[in-house]
Amino acid sequence: MLSTDDDILGQAEAWAKAGKGVAVATVVETWGSAPRPVGSHLVIDEDGSFLGSVSGGCVEGEVVTEALDVIGTGQAKLLEFGVADETAWRAGLSCGGRIAVYVEKVG
Amino acid sequence: MRLALLSALNAARSDRRAAVLVTDLDGGAARLVTAETLAGDPLEEAIRTALRTGRSGVVEGTRAFLTVQVPPARMVIIGAVHISQALVPMARMIGYDPVIVDPRTAFATPERFPGVTLLAQWPDEALPGLKVDRYTAFIALTHDPKIDDPALMHAFEKNCFYIGALGSRKTHARRIERLGANGAPPEALARIKAPVGLAIGAITPAEIAVSILAEVTQAWRQGIA
Repeated sequence: MLSTDDDILGQAEAWAKAGKGVAVATVVETWGSAPRPVGSHLVIDEDGSFLGSVSGGCVEGEVVTEALDVIGTGQAKLLEFGVADETAWRAGLSCGGRIAVYVEKVG
Repeated sequence: MRLALLSALNAARSDRRAAVLVTDLDGGAARLVTAETLAGDPLEEAIRTALRTGRSGVVEGTRAFLTVQVPPARMVIIGAVHISQALVPMARMIGYDPVIVDPRTAFATPERFPGVTLLAQWPDEALPGLKVDRYTAFIALTHDPKIDDPALMHAFEKNCFYIGALGSRKTHARRIERLGANGAPPEALARIKAPVGLAIGAITPAEIAVSILAEVTQAWRQGIA
């Protein structure tokens, strides 16, 4: 089933209420052509389960890894992805755009 | 983000209340702003604009990010007709929760609409309980003035973001006359999309459903502001 914002942020709340460590990743800025609009969410729990998206699937893996770190430290992070960035070689956006993703812990 | 804040944001969504989550990208405390708490907020102007456009984003010249949440759009369909059978699953895919109202029990059967909220009642009985609001797409498809006309009057009153009605230009001209005589203001009548749907040469019920949903999407994304 296609998940909506309802499901995504609802899931984050449910995970947190079940006592899990949870992070919310949000697309806060985009430049050029970006696959998901500003305000899109990806939510991640401490086991690496996730729901939603911040790109067309290009950088989700990287965001999940960073989110696990955020859940551990409690320290929010602002991530940037794009072709101009050297991370492009690891996790770039095939469409050539750039995005900034804010990752914060719930709780 | 505190869990209480996330819960409040989710509660606002499920109650169909608009809300804006203000996040400090430098890691400061976040807050939730609603219509009640908007006045006097340091970012009042920016938040007001964001609520109108429904767009999330960083407030220019600041490190504040606004997550804007406006109620998910609803869809009320008057008429358990052939087009509605195509319209309902497509509307669901886009994220609407469609409801069908049709007092004609031969049309409004669960066999024709399995799993759909179906009210076999006259609009006057069914609509008040549906809490039709600004964030509702309203589509009249029965082609029968006895059913469509009172439904459309209700849609005007609730200022739905999209109001569409099936019928040729001729049918629509007569409809405008009737509704006008019934007291509908000219600016409300001018808002009715008729013939319903974008003009893409749609012929089959499914194609007409596509054209209607394209027009609804356009109204939602470009017009609701």
